[in-house]
Amino acid sequence: MQTKAFRKTYTRIERITKATCVVKAGNIKYGELAWINDRPAQAISVVNDLVTLQVFGGTEGVSTQSKVIFTGKPPTLEVSDLLAGRFFNALGQPIDNGSPVSGEERIIKGSTVNPVNRAKPNVLLATGIAGIDLNNTLVTGQKIPFFADPDQPYNQVMADVALRAEADKIILGGMGLSNDDFLFFKNTFESAGVLDKIVCFINTSEDPSLERLLIPDMACTAAEYFANDKKEKVLLLLTDMTLYADALATVANKMDQIPSKDSMPGSLYSDLASIYEKAVQFQHGGSITMIAVTTLNEGDITHAIPDNTGYITEGQLYLKRDSDIGKVIVDPFRSLSRLKQNVIGKKTREDHPQVMNALIRLYADAMDAKTKKENGFDLNEYDVRCLNFSKDYAIKLLAVDINISIDEMLETGWELLQKHFERYEVGIKEEFLNKYWKITEEQTA
Amino acid sequence: MTTGKVKGIISNLLLVEVDGPATQNEVCLVNAGKWLKAEVIRVQQNIVSAQLFESSESIQIGTEVRFTGKMLEVELGPGILSKKYDGLQSDLEKMSGTFIELGDSTSPLDDDSRFSFEPLAKEREKVMAGHWLGNVKEQNIDHKIMLPLSWKGSFTVKWIASEGEYGIRDVIARVEDQNGVEQEVTMVQKWPVKVPLRGFREKLRPGKIFQTGLRVIDTLNPMMEGGTGYIPGPFGTGKTVLQQAIAKNSEADILIIVACGERANEVVEIFSEFPNLTDPVTGHKLDTKTTIICNTSNMPVAAREASVYVGMTLAEYYRCMGLKVLLLADSTSRWAQALREMSNRMEELPGQDAFPVELPATIANFYSRSGIVNLYNDESGSVTFIGTISPAGGNFKEPVTESTSKVARCFYALSQKRADSKRYPAIDPLASYSKYLDYLEFQQYSDENIQKGWVQEIKKAKDILRIGLEARDQINILGDDAVPIDYHINFWKSELIDFGIIQQNSFDDIDMRTEMDRQKYMLNFILGLCNTDYEFEEFEQVRDLFKNMINLVAQMNFSEYKSDSFMKYEGQISDLINNKSGSYANQGIS
Ligand SMILES: Nc1ncnc2c1ncn2[C@@H]1O[C@H](COP(=O)(O)OP(=O)(O)OP(=O)(O)O)[C@@H](O)[C@H]1O
Ligand SMILES: [Mg+2]
Repeated sequence: MQTKAFRKTYTRIERITKATCVVKAGNIKYGELAWINDRPAQAISVVNDLVTLQVFGGTEGVSTQSKVIFTGKPPTLEVSDLLAGRFFNALGQPIDNGSPVSGEERIIKGSTVNPVNRAKPNVLLATGIAGIDLNNTLVTGQKIPFFADPDQPYNQVMADVALRAEADKIILGGMGLSNDDFLFFKNTFESAGVLDKIVCFINTSEDPSLERLLIPDMACTAAEYFANDKKEKVLLLLTDMTLYADALATVANKMDQIPSKDSMPGSLYSDLASIYEKAVQFQHGGSITMIAVTTLNEGDITHAIPDNTGYITEGQLYLKRDSDIGKVIVDPFRSLSRLKQNVIGKKTREDHPQVMNALIRLYADAMDAKTKKENGFDLNEYDVRCLNFSKDYAIKLLAVDINISIDEMLETGWELLQKHFERYEVGIKEEFLNKYWKITEEQTA
Repeated sequence: MTTGKVKGIISNLLLVEVDGPATQNEVCLVNAGKWLKAEVIRVQQNIVSAQLFESSESIQIGTEVRFTGKMLEVELGPGILSKKYDGLQSDLEKMSGTFIELGDSTSPLDDDSRFSFEPLAKEREKVMAGHWLGNVKEQNIDHKIMLPLSWKGSFTVKWIASEGEYGIRDVIARVEDQNGVEQEVTMVQKWPVKVPLRGFREKLRPGKIFQTGLRVIDTLNPMMEGGTGYIPGPFGTGKTVLQQAIAKNSEADILIIVACGERANEVVEIFSEFPNLTDPVTGHKLDTKTTIICNTSNMPVAAREASVYVGMTLAEYYRCMGLKVLLLADSTSRWAQALREMSNRMEELPGQDAFPVELPATIANFYSRSGIVNLYNDESGSVTFIGTISPAGGNFKEPVTESTSKVARCFYALSQKRADSKRYPAIDPLASYSKYLDYLEFQQYSDENIQKGWVQEIKKAKDILRIGLEARDQINILGDDAVPIDYHINFWKSELIDFGIIQQNSFDDIDMRTEMDRQKYMLNFILGLCNTDYEFEEFEQVRDLFKNMINLVAQMNFSEYKSDSFMKYEGQISDLINNKSGSYANQGIS
């Protein structure tokens, strides 16, 4: 993005709010990028000769006499292989002291992939974390967020996943990232020796907050370049999408739009979908897998941001602190990978779906027993077994600090079932019971 | 024709100053290098508001607009089946390139395709709109070539093509209207999507079951041919999986699936699965009776509304051929949201949750287009419609769910709690209903075709469920020991129905589809188990026995109907009850 190119300049600003300003100008295209006092802005409504601009850099210091330069085109990013290993701000300008990247200039809100040209995502993406691989198996081309309270280690877990997943490129879109977290990612990638395959677009909490509106599209454009043009497997990390949505709400509010639920704009669903739907498995093998973070307010997933996200993404990974074991676990109830059925029992061992379901069902029984106990009732013998099981299950399979293969997870699952339950209590197809339920001496006797 | 110039651009809402008349819902074309389609949604003197079916980037003040004088139309004719359309009926497979570029639009039918035509009408015959003039084989369906449905009055057939192969745009008949003017008929006609397509003599009251192969629907909350239903549920509770299970297993002749503002990967799944799946009723490949209309969530929002109307019009068209059509839309909430976005941009006074005030009427009109009908020749055809709803926050007290509840007759409520504990399909057994159970038509039909007193049996099963859940609540409040053993028995009887009938594995080759015969057998069998009197000494025994029974019933569901293993498990259940009769059952299966 250059400010230099010769373009129309206007100086009649008629109205200024915290996020927008209205300028009198002719021949302006909808969506056009403009610069006000060297701050980027975009035309989001044009009526007669009045152009409303959302000012990404904020309007502090903008005056009615400020100069507005229109560039004649929407925001763009220059793409090339040279993006690899680099750090950029929301405008695609280097923040790593390197020189600007030149390449083919692309509009950052690119076109939609024709659905008939997509392939069905069915390549397993293993992370070693059983709460993910066993219960919520991921595949390339999937889009899935972590739902987490602000105090949970979501960025760490996301970095673990990124490093363990086999990806050709890791693209990080950071929105409102604290400087500490930014450095955490940078150091983690550095010490893992993968700096040459990452591309980062970073808006930290010190940068103007509206600039983060550009981050997802920038990151997606870079991701699409590597996934489609270069046919690579790209992993795209977006954190924190809640801060992105807050920025959307700010602009909508300054535009006097009628808010829908939780003061969010009525178009929130479409806005988020236009980003998440960039996740894709191409027929030629390239793919964009998207892992995002949506922070929650006191665990409330009915809030419009996680709610709309859940309706768009292909599942969600819900992090939760399990006070019984004192560790963060991937909650097996609210977490879900909708694409898991494309691989489980097909690319993984045949008993995977049934073992997974049996464990979760019994864990649900354990939670019922727990409620019962909390309400002061006596537990029956089955309840007690369930509770013992649930603790084992959380430590050995649900905790996020686990790193084992899927076969090991299944073996552990069978062990837990046999340790705590009888054959008829687990609701698994007889065929699998015969094969995997080890007959102990006691039973044959 | 009227022309105009763009005066304002607010996202995909265009304000256009016009030099002549403009009509509500008229299509206009906007010159952005390519001609982009937009629809008139408000006219105020010489300023027209139009919703652009594409992205507005690259449009500026002064951009030229041309009005077409026509509403948004679909093209109807042989070749629709197994097509993948976008929301405006462009054939996605005809588009070149990996991406859909601005203004890409392709023809819905294959213009140079030829079909072998067999005349049905005779020369000198009097015909009206919708009369079958001839028949062509489209895939495995008898596709009727009709006198165009938009033609008014009666006509006389002057000439009809003889048997043979014709292109879809060849003239296959010439007819004369009452004024003696001759008109030519081809295999292709057009219809404006927002106008209900009739072409039938009368609508009937539904009463004949529409089998879906899902026990919780067919047995407990049956859908009817020409009926309506809706599936609301929080995200991830299984709306799409349920709809796709219905699509794969139902007895529909024609399947129209509208992917409305949902995930692209979900349509990709249909694209890749359906050509390999066999329709359990006809034995043909599933894609040969299916048309998909996709306006996924990253495709233009304005076309979302259009997509459901396109789907409905295609369904109505096939209904006029005497076929049983199933229309599925996932999700109708996205359509309502598209209406909301537009209404807000136009700064209309909002209704509840900022939805447009006319939302209930819009939804009611749409659902009312489905139904079972008698055609002019006494054949019958039907459009059965099931839509999903994605309520904000999973709370059913919201305008789309509430408006739909007033028109749709079957309610399949998906519950978060059931989904969390993987009790799939997560249909809430108590909240859900089929109003058709109260229809005399269905009672008569089921008495004759399923079993005498069938509806009473269903109600018994529902009673057991209700009593069981009440018992569970009591047990939870008072504790296991503090309630009579009967409470435990009642609770576990409801669990038996839950696991044996309601829960069904849509990913298991056998369990995914249960024939009506088998459903009848299982309901009677399980009710038999529930009618057995049991005697227990302590509540732990209740759980033991029923868990064993539940396990065996589940194994039955996983086995081929009446196969050796099926019979073996059934036998084991009787053994269980009889052998232990000394200890806790005093009677065998009644
Ligand atoms: N009948 C079922 N059997 C097994 N698993 C199921 C079943 N129904 C749903 N699931 C699981 O739940 C996931 C979510 O289901 P589905 O995509 O149908 O939800 P949805 O209600 O359509 O959600 P959304 O509103 O977000 O589209 C599936 O991917 C699958 O893992
Ligand atoms: Mg869905």
